[in-house]
Amino acid sequence: MNRAVESDLVERLLAGEHRALARVITKIESQTSGYRDLVSEIHAHTGQASVVGITGSPGAGKSTLVDKLAKYYRDQGETVGVIAVDPSSPYTGGAVLGDRIRMASNVGDMDVFFRSMSARGQLGGLSTATADAVKALDAFGKDRIIIETVGAGQNEVDVVKTADTVVVLVQPGSGDDVQMLKAGILEIGDVFVVNKADMEGASRTVAELEEMIHLRDDPRANLDTGHHGAGAFGDSGGHGHGGDHGHGDNAHGHNDTNGHDTAGHDGDEDAAAEVARPVWTPKVIKTIATTGEGIDTLVETLDDHYDYLSESGELTEKARQRASEEIRQLLRSDVNRLLEAEIERRGGIDDFADAVVDKETDPYEVAEDVLEPIRECLEDRDD
Amino acid sequence: MSADSEQRTIRCLIAKVGLDGHDRGAHVISRAFRDAGFEVIYSGLHRAPDEIIQATVQEDVDVLGISILSGAHNTLVPKVMDGLEEYGALDDTLVIVGGIIPEEDRPGLLEEGVDAIFGPGTPMQETIDFVKENAPERA
Repeated sequence: MNRAVESDLVERLLAGEHRALARVITKIESQTSGYRDLVSEIHAHTGQASVVGITGSPGAGKSTLVDKLAKYYRDQGETVGVIAVDPSSPYTGGAVLGDRIRMASNVGDMDVFFRSMSARGQLGGLSTATADAVKALDAFGKDRIIIETVGAGQNEVDVVKTADTVVVLVQPGSGDDVQMLKAGILEIGDVFVVNKADMEGASRTVAELEEMIHLRDDPRANLDTGHHGAGAFGDSGGHGHGGDHGHGDNAHGHNDTNGHDTAGHDGDEDAAAEVARPVWTPKVIKTIATTGEGIDTLVETLDDHYDYLSESGELTEKARQRASEEIRQLLRSDVNRLLEAEIERRGGIDDFADAVVDKETDPYEVAEDVLEPIRECLEDRDD
Repeated sequence: MSADSEQRTIRCLIAKVGLDGHDRGAHVISRAFRDAGFEVIYSGLHRAPDEIIQATVQEDVDVLGISILSGAHNTLVPKVMDGLEEYGALDDTLVIVGGIIPEEDRPGLLEEGVDAIFGPGTPMQETIDFVKENAPERA
């Protein structure tokens, strides 16, 4: 394993060799020594692809939808990369990665590069691995990249956040599902798809989602501070954005002019001067993935969202956020490893644990003790 | 200092090629492999050699397990092997075949590059051990 081999691999990837792309992703996934050099080399060649993340509960039809979406893009002459993330057993690390079965529309078409990934029990490592695999596909020259994952927990939410646009898939009549989604995944959806729209209760599910979208007090306003520039959403409560509701909440823009409006909404002079930036209200779409119905509307909406991202400057902002998240994630895991090694050097975690149980010391003291040399090192450097 | 921790996980594709519609064996082996800690990708029924080649190359599996009960192994397996060769994937993929393979056909398949053949009644552990011992070292 040396640098020359890796450079060669990157060259072959950039030249469009499928096997090289596959091998690069393997190295990324298993964190083979030297994979970081690979990702570093690839990094400069990324930034061309648009990345869509698709999530939802098991059985909602994600794989079938991805299949049809890939087909649609291929028919337009675009190339597609798909990463399907499946859970792995926490006990054996084993996994059955079954989403490939449903890629029936793209059989034998190498220009749809489909890759299955599993969590491999890495805490927080999955999103790093997925993000790096996306880079590999991007550098390879894929126009569209789709990340598919079961929306089951934080891990999956992290994964899907590496996408530009997040699609949340919902089954009709799944009141319970929607309840589940309320808590975690609802916030991250840019587009909601009610799949299996031919099933009973589809319209109701659409209505419920619409309601939720409009009721929510944009949760992102609290999460991504600074993300939208000063007062982009303000906290004016309720459905400000969209601007299609006549009566004036002090919509986006005037951050704190205390509630009720001076009626200066709907594109009057001051509003126009102040906020020309567009705002995205999540869309709800119906599809029947098995027949392909609604796929064209979905594609349009995805394109709309991408346009919105570019025009509003959010695309760049997202890229920046992703980069900082990646740096943090990397640093966290590296520091973690340093600490693990240090604990090992000092006799292992078991001894510490016994000492804590026997009341000879306590967890805080141990932590302080182990961390001290690192802290000293960093402080010394300041001189 | 190398901060990379090697996480060696054996990846397998379990493939049903051709027309036979009987995949209980493939399910059983998929599950046994999973429980052995492997990552298993199951192809589903009625796959053409091209699909198997595509999946093997893209997923970069260490092991390709082909399950055939239909008797068409002499035509289908060589097609898969040729395809793997074309994409430069033959050398570092362990190929095993399971199912009903008559004794007289075995030398021919091994000649084609198949690494092992497991007939009915093979203890699961034997197959798992074989994979663990022979999964290719990847550069």
